[in-house]
Amino acid sequence: MMEAFEQPAESPQAVRPLGRAIVITSGKGGVGKTTTTANVGTALAARGAKVVLVDADVGLRNLDIVLGLESRVKYHLLDVLEEKATLDDALVRDKRSESLYLLAAAQTREKEDVDTGLMKALIETLRARFDYVLIDCPAGIEMGFKNAVAGAQHAIIVCTPEVSAVRDADRVVGLLPNDWRPELIVNRLRPLLVKKGKMLSVDDVNGILRLPLLGVIADEPNVIVATNRGEPLALDALSETGAAYRAIAAKIAGEDVPAPDVRPASTGIFNKLGSLFGKRG
Amino acid sequence: MIDFFNKFFRPAPPSGATAKERLRLVLLSDHLSLAPDVVESLKRDLLAVISRYVEIDPAQADVTFERRDHDVAMLASIPITGVRRPGYDESPEPTPTPPPAPRSVRYDASPVAESASRGVAIAEKTQAPPDPVSLELPMTPDPLLSPAVASESTSTEVEPKSTATSAAHRRRRRRRKANAAAKRSAQAQSGPPLNASAQA
Amino acid sequence: MSGRRIVVTSGKGGVGKTTTTVNVGAALAKRGYRVVLVDTDIGLRNLDLVLGLEKRIVFDIVEVIEGRCQLRQALIKDKRFESLSMLPAAQTREKEAVTEEQMKAVIVELAETADFVLIDCPAGIEHGFRSAVAGASEAIVVTTPEVSAIRDADRVVGKLHALRMPMRVIVNRVRPDMVKSGEMMSVDDVCDILSAELLGIVPDDEEVIDTTNRGEPIVLDETKRLATIYDKIARRLGGELVPFSNLDEPGFFGRLKTLWKVG
Repeated sequence: MMEAFEQPAESPQAVRPLGRAIVITSGKGGVGKTTTTANVGTALAARGAKVVLVDADVGLRNLDIVLGLESRVKYHLLDVLEEKATLDDALVRDKRSESLYLLAAAQTREKEDVDTGLMKALIETLRARFDYVLIDCPAGIEMGFKNAVAGAQHAIIVCTPEVSAVRDADRVVGLLPNDWRPELIVNRLRPLLVKKGKMLSVDDVNGILRLPLLGVIADEPNVIVATNRGEPLALDALSETGAAYRAIAAKIAGEDVPAPDVRPASTGIFNKLGSLFGKRG
Repeated sequence: MIDFFNKFFRPAPPSGATAKERLRLVLLSDHLSLAPDVVESLKRDLLAVISRYVEIDPAQADVTFERRDHDVAMLASIPITGVRRPGYDESPEPTPTPPPAPRSVRYDASPVAESASRGVAIAEKTQAPPDPVSLELPMTPDPLLSPAVASESTSTEVEPKSTATSAAHRRRRRRRKANAAAKRSAQAQSGPPLNASAQA
Repeated sequence: MSGRRIVVTSGKGGVGKTTTTVNVGAALAKRGYRVVLVDTDIGLRNLDLVLGLEKRIVFDIVEVIEGRCQLRQALIKDKRFESLSMLPAAQTREKEAVTEEQMKAVIVELAETADFVLIDCPAGIEHGFRSAVAGASEAIVVTTPEVSAIRDADRVVGKLHALRMPMRVIVNRVRPDMVKSGEMMSVDDVCDILSAELLGIVPDDEEVIDTTNRGEPIVLDETKRLATIYDKIARRLGGELVPFSNLDEPGFFGRLKTLWKVG
C-alpha cells in the first residue's frame, strides 16, 4: 500500500529530519486560507526551504490556480492515494521557485473519497522529503477538514475581523487536538474601518480566540490581481501584503522577528461577542 | 497609491484579461476531466487535422464547451478561409496563398504554437506553460524537428498589423524550409507522413 | 399554492451567500411577501448572526427533524419585518445529522405557508450542499468576479444543471474601479464564463461589514445604495423586468465615464 509513496532511489533526503506539517484552516470560507498557503509556502521556499503545498479541497481546488500552476497539473492527490500515479508524477514544481512543489486536489471527485488513514500516511511521506508540508484546508468542519488535519502537527488559523469568521474560527479551534497550539493570522484588516468603529479590531478578534498571533494582514486589492495572474504577492518586493507573508514565513522558520502588524487602536465596542461565544475551555 | 505603483513599476497588462483566459482553460479542463496539457494537445490536434482538408484561420479558432442535459459537449468554432488547392499533397501545411482581401494574416496576442515540422501555423488562444497570455514567449521547438529547422521555426514576435505582410512573407519562407526538411525526413524514413505524428 | 423554494449557493465560501439570503429575504418581506429564511449550515451557523436574531434561538432545524419540537416553535419571527421568519441551523451537530429527504420535507412544509423560502446553503459541494439543494426548486448562485469564486461557481452550476434546476447568478462585491482598470473581470465576463442568467450585480460596499456586525440587514436603511439594489433583486425575483442601473456617480466611482452596470 505504501509503494506509491516510496521515495525515489536517488533521494538525498534519506537522513533529513522530518519536516513540519502545518494545516491552514479557518472554518469560514473565503477568509484567505489558500492565499495564505500559497504565499507562506512561496516565502518559505524563497528562504531556501524545501516546501510542498497540499491542496486538500477535493472537488473545489484552487491552490493550483492561485500559484499559476493550473496548466501543469497532471495527477492529483487522489491519483496518488489510489496508486494511479506516483508522488513524483503528481508533484508539480513551482514556476519560479526550485524548492516549492504543489500536490493538487482532484477536481471531479468528492472529499468523502479520501481515506483518512491514507492521507495521514501520505503526509508522513511528504514530511520525509520536505522541510515544510503546508496543507490547504477546505472550508467547513466536515470530512474535508478532518482529512486535512490528519497527519498535521500544527495549525494556522486564518480569520478575518468579521463576526461570522470569528465564530467559525472559534468552533474550529475547539475541534483541533487538545495538545496543539494553533497560531492566528488576522487577514483583511481595514484599519480605517476599525478606527471608525465599523470593523472588529485585532484585539476584539483575539479577545475571543486567544491564540498566539502570527501576523495581521491588511486588506489589499492587489491580492485579487495577484490571483488573476497566478503570482503570489510574497514574490512582490513592493507589496505590503507580500512583506507580511515573508515576515510570517520568517517567524515560522524560527526567526525572532515581530509578527507583522497593521493594528490600529482597539475600539472594544463589540461587547455582545463575549456573551455570544462564552468562554472556551 | 496602488495606481501609482501599477503605472510606474508594473507595466504588465491588466490582469482581468489574464484571469479570464486562464479560467476558460481551467474550466475546459475541469469539464472534460482532462489534464490541461491534454486539453491543449487535443486542441492542437483538432486544428491540425482540420487544416489538412481546409484552410483555417487559426487565430480565430475557438474551442469551448457547452453543458447539456446529460453530458458536456466540446464546441469548436474554426473559421474556414479557403479550400485546399488542387494537387494537394500529403503535407498538412495550409497553403500560403495570399489571403483574400480585406482579411490579412494576423496574430492576436497569444503566442503562436507554430510547429514547423508539420508546416502548420496554429495560433492558440490559450496555451500550456509557461504563460498563456504572454506577448513574448518563444515557442518550444517540436522535438521532431531537426535542430536547424527548430531554430528557424521559433517565433518570438507578436507582429503588429502594419508589418503583417512582411511577417507573412517570413513565415512562408520558414514554412517552405520546414516543409523541405520534413519531406527529406519523410523520404529517409519512408514511413507515414509527419502530420500523422501530431501528438504532443 | 405553495411558495417558491430557492437555494442560495456558491461553492466557494465567503462570497456573500448569507448576506445575500438575509438582504434579499428582507427586501422581499418589505414588499409584502411571506418569507422564511432557512440556515442549513449545520455546525457553522451564521444566518442568525447576520440577521441579528442569535439571541432568540430556542430550537433549531435538527431538533425539528428529530421531532423534539414543532416547526413553528423553532421559527423565529423577525420583529422588524412583518412577514419575515427564520429557521436556525444547529451549532453543535454535524451536517450528516440530517438526510436530504429530511431537509426537503422541512422546506416543503415551510413553503406551504410562505411565498418564498430562501435556503442558505453551506460552502462546498458535499452533503450539506446536497441537502440544501434537495429542498429547492430553483437556485441563486452567488459569485464574486474572482478566479477561485468563478471556478467554484462553475462547478455548482454544473451540478445544478444536472438536476435541471433553474438558476440565476448574483455577482457580488464588484469593484467598478478595478473593472475599469482591467484588474478585475467584468460582470459580462463572469456571466459569459458561467453561461448563466444574471439576477443582480452588487458592488463591494464596506457598509456590509458594519451592518453584519450589528445584525441589521442593510435593506432596513432605504438611503443605503445597496438597499435599492437588493430591492431590485427582489422585484426581479417577483417577476418584474427591472433594468440594471447604470451608475455614473462621480465621487463614488471616481472618473468613470462608461456605463458601469450595477443593481
